[in-house]
Amino acid sequence: MRKVYTEIIQIAGDVITVEASGVGYMDIAQVSTRRGASLAQVIRLEGKRVSLQVFAGSRGVSTGDQVRFLGHPMRISMGDNLLGRIFNGSGLPLDKGPRLSENMNDIGGPPVNPAKRIIPNKMVRTGIPMIDVFNSLVESQKLPIFSIAGEPYNDVLARIAIQAEVDIIILGGMGLKYDDYLFFRDTLDEQGALSRAIFFIHTAADPTVECLLVPDIALAAAEYFALQGRRVLVLLTDMTNFCAALKEISITMEQVPSNRGYPGDLYSQLACRYEKAVDFDSAGSITILAATTMPGDDVTHPVPDNTGYITEGQFYLKGGVIEPFGSLSRLKQQVNGKTRPDHRTIMDAMIQLFASYRETLEKQAMGFQMSAWDKKLLNYGKLFEQQLMPLTVNIPLEQALDRGWEMLAKSFSPEETGIKKEMIEKYWPKNGKV
Amino acid sequence: MPEKRLGQITRISGNMVAVDVPGFVVQNEVAYIMHGPERLKAEVIRVRGKNAELQVYESTVGLKVGEQVEFSNELLSVELGPGLLGQIFDGLQNPLPQLAEKYGFFLKRGVYLEALPDESKWEFTPLAKKGTRLLAGEKLGLVQEKIFQHFIMAPFHLQGNVLELQSIAGKGKYNLKQPIAQLKDENGKLHPAFLQQVWPVKLPISAYAEKLKPTQALVTRMRTIDSLFPVVRGGTYCIPGPFGAGKTVLQQLTSRHAEVDIVVIAACGERAGEVVETLRTFPQIIDPRTKKPLSERTVIICNTSSMPVAARESSVYTAVTIAEYYRQMGLNVLLLADSTSRWAQAMREMSGRLEEIPGEEAFPAYLESRIASFYERAGSVRLHDGSIGSVTIGGTVSPAGGNFEEPVTQATLKVVGAFHGLSRERSDARRYPAIDPLISWSKYPGFIEQQQVTSAQQILRKSHEVAQMMKVVGEEGTALPDYIDYLKGEFFDFVYLQQNAFDQVDEASSEERQKFIFNFINQNVFTAEFEFTDKEQALHFFQKLRQLFRSWNSLEYKSKKFQEEQNVISALIKENLKQKKEKVLA
Repeated sequence: MRKVYTEIIQIAGDVITVEASGVGYMDIAQVSTRRGASLAQVIRLEGKRVSLQVFAGSRGVSTGDQVRFLGHPMRISMGDNLLGRIFNGSGLPLDKGPRLSENMNDIGGPPVNPAKRIIPNKMVRTGIPMIDVFNSLVESQKLPIFSIAGEPYNDVLARIAIQAEVDIIILGGMGLKYDDYLFFRDTLDEQGALSRAIFFIHTAADPTVECLLVPDIALAAAEYFALQGRRVLVLLTDMTNFCAALKEISITMEQVPSNRGYPGDLYSQLACRYEKAVDFDSAGSITILAATTMPGDDVTHPVPDNTGYITEGQFYLKGGVIEPFGSLSRLKQQVNGKTRPDHRTIMDAMIQLFASYRETLEKQAMGFQMSAWDKKLLNYGKLFEQQLMPLTVNIPLEQALDRGWEMLAKSFSPEETGIKKEMIEKYWPKNGKV
Repeated sequence: MPEKRLGQITRISGNMVAVDVPGFVVQNEVAYIMHGPERLKAEVIRVRGKNAELQVYESTVGLKVGEQVEFSNELLSVELGPGLLGQIFDGLQNPLPQLAEKYGFFLKRGVYLEALPDESKWEFTPLAKKGTRLLAGEKLGLVQEKIFQHFIMAPFHLQGNVLELQSIAGKGKYNLKQPIAQLKDENGKLHPAFLQQVWPVKLPISAYAEKLKPTQALVTRMRTIDSLFPVVRGGTYCIPGPFGAGKTVLQQLTSRHAEVDIVVIAACGERAGEVVETLRTFPQIIDPRTKKPLSERTVIICNTSSMPVAARESSVYTAVTIAEYYRQMGLNVLLLADSTSRWAQAMREMSGRLEEIPGEEAFPAYLESRIASFYERAGSVRLHDGSIGSVTIGGTVSPAGGNFEEPVTQATLKVVGAFHGLSRERSDARRYPAIDPLISWSKYPGFIEQQQVTSAQQILRKSHEVAQMMKVVGEEGTALPDYIDYLKGEFFDFVYLQQNAFDQVDEASSEERQKFIFNFINQNVFTAEFEFTDKEQALHFFQKLRQLFRSWNSLEYKSKKFQEEQNVISALIKENLKQKKEKVLA
């Protein structure tokens, strides 16, 4: 029989304080109020004073309400019966299915021993040339989509989820608009992918703090399946909301803020989640794709900035297309040497020329005379923007490479591209054909 | 030995735990939190009356107020001895592969293994004779560790004494904990010496004769670094850069190609994937100089970003202590720390939990002095026997928002000898390495003549100015000579500063090759006067030259093909020179 404490001595923000003993750090408690019960987590112990963050928010909590400590950290039921189900941020069902209570596992487990990781080496084909050709996605990569509100980042996530060859898709939604949640559900359903998906959804209407658990639960589930040898893709949207919740709690706890109000441990908090992405030696893998909206399209904002230092690159979604500049897949070199011999050559040459095209555009905008070279660049840039960049282009990598050679040949003479001689001899299109 | 001192937990906040201690407390001593069967390592970082505050090197989930803490009376230390090379440790010197073998996929909390295996025996050869008088750090004998003669030295903690060698073991096999010598200090007290020593990480090992001014160039085979912003053995340098600018790739390339004996890699709070790449590939890469796998001369200390935060600090110190240990043998050691910002952030986190008054951007006020004293552990030293050893420290910095004005970058710049600043513009334009030649500097001498370096930098600056001007007045408003200068600078950037890390030949450029190519460019491009009818022709010429040069860069130095390509390039240049009598080409 567990002890029930009925005297809450402080309520500040979503943090409540009770006097209790024998409580473990980060343990879970149940707070029962007149309006119902909510889970809460211990975030500070000081003598007898125990501070807890209440996931459902402290609104309506009375000083006489009951707090019951469960004596363990946050847990969630694991197993194949999770598949096809939809839960909220505390792991309770949102669909009409039953509550699960078998095989409970702690979330936020210990880090993977680096010695048990392997170098990622499998490309995830997405059919989007801006990803496949220029910044290949790799299994077990952790990659955010940097974007601003209003950009179709959730569409990109959904599309990659459907096209990627993975065993299980886990969606962690934080502050998700209800429409977006329905969009994910319907899109996956249409493509018949819902039965291999698990949703952990915190919508914008739910209390902020509740979204703190979403990434941990989603990743704990992913880890479980990966250890069973399955390839798991985790979609997290939107991590900026998660960081906002962290900020809220740390300010309430009177921690010294470091940068724009965010706590000093923002980097570590994000890192221990993203670092769950892994390719296990002799088991499955976890790939993480996250949406990070940048307040004010500012990449130096603490959230995208800290994220960029943790993740293995980023896709920069702007104006409805994936920008080649600012986008980067750090792991692409692990896979793009094994696709087709000209992959890297095309990637480098086309990007450098595209950079020159952007400079020429600036010159043009300022009304300067266009040289013959400038005109060639303009021609090339237009082709690039029309035939490779749009998200509507859905072609396999090989076809995209061929298209690249055609575009180069239409615009330049071989030596103008700076491509090495052997490559030109082998791949340069003769009479416009590859 | 005093009896065990026990305390009780009174407060828990993140990885900070406050403990009530009845007896005395030693600042920075190690303590263990007893949580059921688990023993979690922690370090005392502040003492207030009977209350000690500890940073815990493990996750604090589940700890309770009232749990017991055992104080050890010892500072955080590492084991030093044969067997370190090729190892992969965490920040507390736990061997990771052995942990994986024993405990599987995850890093279980509270399990610690001995850094150096007990059972292995080493073939010891004595060097010092019985009765010799010597100082701490002087050689007693040696064992063969991989490709190195690993000297066994008089224990460092006896520094300040003249020691007399009372007895020394004969040639034979010993394990790390068997005494191999007895030393008598001035007071007549006997001290045993072992193959292994234990040393507290936060104190520098200084059992040498004197610290020297570092002057000898450390060749990294990265052209930008060696030719323009050189590093020396025993020097320090830093690489600040925004994310994605290629800091880690640069460090990885340096760890492979730098001309030093031993490389110690401290992966501090960074991605696990990058460490994995190093630890999976190094055993396969054959070092061209030693003909042995790279892993045989590398020690990796890794505390990746998802591992406990407090151990980040110790990982940096553990690494530098191991580096200093090998320096004591007269070896040249390179320590690469990636990234010092994560270590600074760990300090910030702790400082916040201690509720100290925050400095700039909430970093603690002692940030600068901590960074300075870390870099000061680098240096070239003359040992008691006259030989020279060195520790070079290269640290990356990850400034928030890529802004170099932030406290960690600024504190680092004050104490290092070279600055390799990476820029977002260069990495966006895929110009690798993204070391910006316009902002970087080095106080050290390199192997390229200073005059040539200066002229190259002038060309780069001029080229940049013209490029800026062209943005305003356009190409048509630029004079042809200016335009040519612009093209020269761009050309130098493309074929010399940039290096293709994925080309077997181009990824590493030897000293000899750098001298040759630099001189070639200086004579035939920088100082040459070209004759072009218009900008179009100039552009076309430089494009062609660039393409030829790039192919040249991926040809083996002094091979037949290299020679042929050189002839083609020389011919092309000659065609476009102003018609003068002087012969420029060799």
